[in-house]
Amino acid sequence: MANVSSLNINGKAFPADADPERTLLSVLRDDLQLTGAKYGCGEGECGACTVLLDGVPVRSCRRTVGSIGQKKIETIEGLEQNGKLHPVQKAFIDADAMQCAYCTCGMIMSAVALLRKTPKPSRDEIIRAMDGNICRCCAYPRIMKAIELAAKGGAQ
Amino acid sequence: MKFQPGMEPERYELDGPLPYRFSFRRRSFFKTVGAGIVVVALLDKALAQESGRRGGGRRPAPQDIGAWLHIGEDGQITVYTGKVEVGQNVRTSLTQAVAEELHAPAGSIRLVIADTQLTPYDAGTFGSRSTPDMARTLRRVGAAAREALIDLAAENWKVDRASIKVADGKVVDEKSGQSIEFAQLTKGQKLAKAIGENTATSVPVGNSLPKVDADKLVTGRHRYASDILLPDMLYGKVLRPATLKGELVSAETKEAEAMEGIKVARDGNFVGVVAPNDLLATRAVKAIKAEWKSSPQISHKELYAHLKKNARQPQGERGGQHTGSVKDGLQAADLRNSQTYTVAYIAHAPLEPRAAVAQWEGDKLTVWTGTQRPFGVRADLASAFHIPESDVRVIVPDTGSGYGGKHSGEAAIEAARLARAAGKPVKLVWTREEEFTWAYFRPAGVIEISSGAKKDGLLTAWECHNYNSGGSSLRTLYSVPNQISEFHSTDSPLRQGSYRALAATANTFARETHMDELANSLKLDPLEFRLKNLNDVRLRAVLEAAAKAFGWGKKAKPNHGFGIAGGSEKGSYVATCTEVAVESGKVKILRAVTAFECGAIVNPDHLKNQVEGATIMGIGGALFEAIEFENGQIKNGRFSDYRVPRFSDAPQIESVLLNRKDLPSAGAGETPIIGIAPAIGNAIFAATGKRLRSLPLRATAS
Repeated sequence: MANVSSLNINGKAFPADADPERTLLSVLRDDLQLTGAKYGCGEGECGACTVLLDGVPVRSCRRTVGSIGQKKIETIEGLEQNGKLHPVQKAFIDADAMQCAYCTCGMIMSAVALLRKTPKPSRDEIIRAMDGNICRCCAYPRIMKAIELAAKGGAQ
Repeated sequence: MKFQPGMEPERYELDGPLPYRFSFRRRSFFKTVGAGIVVVALLDKALAQESGRRGGGRRPAPQDIGAWLHIGEDGQITVYTGKVEVGQNVRTSLTQAVAEELHAPAGSIRLVIADTQLTPYDAGTFGSRSTPDMARTLRRVGAAAREALIDLAAENWKVDRASIKVADGKVVDEKSGQSIEFAQLTKGQKLAKAIGENTATSVPVGNSLPKVDADKLVTGRHRYASDILLPDMLYGKVLRPATLKGELVSAETKEAEAMEGIKVARDGNFVGVVAPNDLLATRAVKAIKAEWKSSPQISHKELYAHLKKNARQPQGERGGQHTGSVKDGLQAADLRNSQTYTVAYIAHAPLEPRAAVAQWEGDKLTVWTGTQRPFGVRADLASAFHIPESDVRVIVPDTGSGYGGKHSGEAAIEAARLARAAGKPVKLVWTREEEFTWAYFRPAGVIEISSGAKKDGLLTAWECHNYNSGGSSLRTLYSVPNQISEFHSTDSPLRQGSYRALAATANTFARETHMDELANSLKLDPLEFRLKNLNDVRLRAVLEAAAKAFGWGKKAKPNHGFGIAGGSEKGSYVATCTEVAVESGKVKILRAVTAFECGAIVNPDHLKNQVEGATIMGIGGALFEAIEFENGQIKNGRFSDYRVPRFSDAPQIESVLLNRKDLPSAGAGETPIIGIAPAIGNAIFAATGKRLRSLPLRATAS
């Protein structure tokens, strides 16, 4: 299989030259300098590497870059528009929904996907959508509050 | 292992080379940071001596500077400290300390932390010392800088300094109404001021300053050590032994070396590779055929017997404490209870695993890594490579958590060795499995308690022995006339070290479970029984506050139970109440109320964040976390096998903060974790009548 030569990230074509068997996470971070998605476990259990693929949250550590094709990838770096934070990003700051914040980018991407599909989620819906994301500092109540805050403000 | 005086015995991982001298050269300051005002905080002699003592008395006093502050000619305020940000919000709380004293907006203050080339020596970020030590030091520095600015303004305006004050980042003469910017006063100055312990400071205001740099964290712009990218950087991977304590017999590396772009580094027991990307590095390591010699090792099933069997007699003042006669106390008792409690090894599992980027320029080495001991890691690197510490620079970007688990610098040393072999910068990020296997664990332990009490509920005797997990919070806080508390070191089959709150979690679990057992036997309410035996007003206050907020005394629904527990460690006090529901052996925590008191509160919202986070993190050790091992293998070293708390595990949570403005601020990142496990265990007993004495608590266990 030929090397991957281009990826569609945050609405732009990114030139690449990557072994198709490498993980999407590795290529985003190491080749394209998009380090917002983090390595946390390599087995899709912690959600720190979450990006959106055609709007669906996926674990980029479990996807080979060769399997992506021209699907639309959204990363944390694409959320801010014209220097303005995305409402979910702002809500995370307002609710102080982080400690070490290593999980935060993955949390925000999962939350953005949830709110697009379910703009006014119930507590149970939030828990179900977010349960694959680990915050080892356990700031869970605040992250839930941030998502509710963003939902109230009509985050998209 | 070697015991260091002045340290908690369970800080096993710190048993290594220690501090060095950092000298204060006035001229070098201005050369580095430019003109302006510099305020340097000198540590008092007692502190310097205490630190020197840790080096075994052979080394000179390791340090005489705590921190310094610089106000540049442009008015930029920069503070330099060796502390590390690992999520405990030290960047914010220390900024706040300076801002409150200097009367300057927090946004105008920049903190340079944990860079061995730029910041003064610091022993490490542990033991909840940042708030009581460093925040206090920075308050003094801020206050002295404020006074220096007032002096300069008085001189400038030729007026009496009494009417001059600093407000909102400006110097104002209240009499004339004239004001001046910091920059106008610092321009052309080369003023250095060294201050001692006697600088007057004020009490923390107690504002919830929002997290500094939060915008960088929510956008992904912050670069953790694992995010650092350098030109021409390569990716490293280390060949790991087949078993714990495995010794390398032979390694056939030809196949790996023949792979494109691969370089193999071999040095004694160390074998590693560098590659253009992580996949190629992984493939190359897999291509190495290695033979390891392994020795038989015990499994987790034999652990507690092993710890007991290899126990040593306690040594020194920290080993044991005796008051009165336990024998007499037991004789005088109407009720006696003797029980054994155990706690498992657990993993810190910081979400950012160990990571480092290393770069050599000639014989000079720079390493970016996530560690709680930048200067300790610098010493380790210097020693590993036989170079002077002055040729090593360790930079610690704000790090993806530690919980006491990042006091060492393995990844830094490995990355540096690989970078030397490659002749290029190398990044090494441990996999989750490596982090679970080759880092260190929270010590497992066995705790035995024998007690006696009178029918009326007064304790007469208390004897407590901790095997292996540690001596922190071992001595009971209840008033007992006859006591023995002893910590016994023993042989740990796994590598172990500090964990958030050290052994206070284990010892508080044992003590507070045992207290609950006594209350039950005496047919007394668990809270009432505790208060009856408690003279410590601070512990009383948190127990009462938690009970009040929880609504203690109400009757629980069927299959539901309420539990309470309290304790103290590192100068702060905690009490937790829980409600659990137990359905066919499955425990669900419905509600947790934690009351916490750590003296004068610095930042109430961030304190709540720590208290809530610690309480939920403690649910992991209380209910599911335990390292399983056998024959030198960690059997559950990944998140799919080792369960940590998730959203669905978080109960309804409340925190009650008690603000003691009359007391110095203590650290708060650790202690709030110690109350939850016994509170859950006691609630399970209330719900089921089943007493659980092992962490993690397994309601289905026989």
